[in-house]
Amino acid sequence: MSTIVESKLDPKNAVLSQVCNAGDPWMAEVKKGQIFRILDLEGNQAVDTLFYSSADPEERYSATDTIARQAKLYLTTGSVLYSNEGNPMLTIVADTCGRHDTLGGACAAESNTVRYALEKRPMHSCRDSFMHALNHCDCATHRHMSKRDITANINFFMNVPVTADGGLSFADGISAPGKYVEMRAEMDVVVLISNCPQLNNPCNAYNPTPVQLLVWNS
Amino acid sequence: MTTFDNNKILWEEVIPGGNHWSGLIRRGTALRMTDLEGGANLSALFYNPEDKLERYNMPDTLKAQHTAFLTTGNVCYSDMGRVMCSIIGDSVGWHDTICGISDAAMVEAKYGKANFQTHRNEMYRNGKDGLLVELAKYGLGKRDLVANVNFFSKVIPDEAGNLSFVAGNSKAGSYVDVRFDMNVLLVVSAAPHTLDSKSTYSPAAVKLSAWHAGLAEADDLCRNNCQQNGRGFINTERYYL
Repeated sequence: MSTIVESKLDPKNAVLSQVCNAGDPWMAEVKKGQIFRILDLEGNQAVDTLFYSSADPEERYSATDTIARQAKLYLTTGSVLYSNEGNPMLTIVADTCGRHDTLGGACAAESNTVRYALEKRPMHSCRDSFMHALNHCDCATHRHMSKRDITANINFFMNVPVTADGGLSFADGISAPGKYVEMRAEMDVVVLISNCPQLNNPCNAYNPTPVQLLVWNS
Repeated sequence: MTTFDNNKILWEEVIPGGNHWSGLIRRGTALRMTDLEGGANLSALFYNPEDKLERYNMPDTLKAQHTAFLTTGNVCYSDMGRVMCSIIGDSVGWHDTICGISDAAMVEAKYGKANFQTHRNEMYRNGKDGLLVELAKYGLGKRDLVANVNFFSKVIPDEAGNLSFVAGNSKAGSYVDVRFDMNVLLVVSAAPHTLDSKSTYSPAAVKLSAWHAGLAEADDLCRNNCQQNGRGFINTERYYL
């Protein structure tokens, strides 16, 4: 069954449309029933994403709940994004890419020292973007969020195939310019994004690029 | 490094099936975890007791070692790029770290309800509440409950990513030897795996046997398993200088 599903929504009717540059964080609230789209403007751009319940950020996206409750590793049309309380937070309703990762996590200065070289620590990373957003965005600061709230995230547009014998690789992206993923919020959520600045592996085709975020009312 | 020896056990602790446990494991101590009945699942999380914001990081562990499961030679990374513990021996061959923990609703839907009032200590327990009870003893809570290791359990994907639980992955007497390379607050639950194919609640007991293994030396199997682990051990060693 093909999971490629196109959206009928017109960007002209979006109530929010913002570009997030390569290496920048982005944070906003999406209300229950609204449709949230992430658009890969130039292709092969990993978008590291976390979701929190607006009402109680202790309830947040859980990669393990999402994987185990659907007995499926990858995300695409029809996938439910579950919280750590076992509640559906969002449902993917359109996807022109076909597969998104939730095992690969976010890059960090510290993990870059392990993965590439001790000297790579100064390079910009997703976790630094997350920390920056939590310190500056209104929707985070009054919720007193910190590194404690950073858990295993979704990497939209990223391809991390796992084989039956347990091999895991960061493969070339399967995204392309103009591909998008769209999800319906099943509760009021706070979205936290790092538009990944990783330069050491092919997750961004070694060239991080901007993405566009759009929201429609239901 | 000293390998496991029955005559050098410092202490032992049996965790009844479904039950939970926690403790501070000092750097250089190793635990032999033994599946006493077969089909055990031991959900585990690791925290740095000096800075409990530093904790096991499943994605960093998997991507550093290009693996989707854990076995001999693999290490468990913290989110700060340090090796928290390493698998120095394993008679099982595959330990899951992507399927999380069961919760009360899951256990009730799968096995029915058995509470203390009616079943005393045979009551049905779930991984999430077990880990949260232990975490609460150290001032930790839901925000600290991250993706965990499920020792003894195996789940494999097909090409499309559909997951299947592999029954019989761990036999009675199977063990995994875990050396702690940092001081670690260890929190565990022996409740059933989220995708366990058994329809009855019968989690197996797990025995922990501690011994003094010492630190990873230059020729250590886990240190040399990949270049990434070599750097991870350097990060850990710098922390304790």
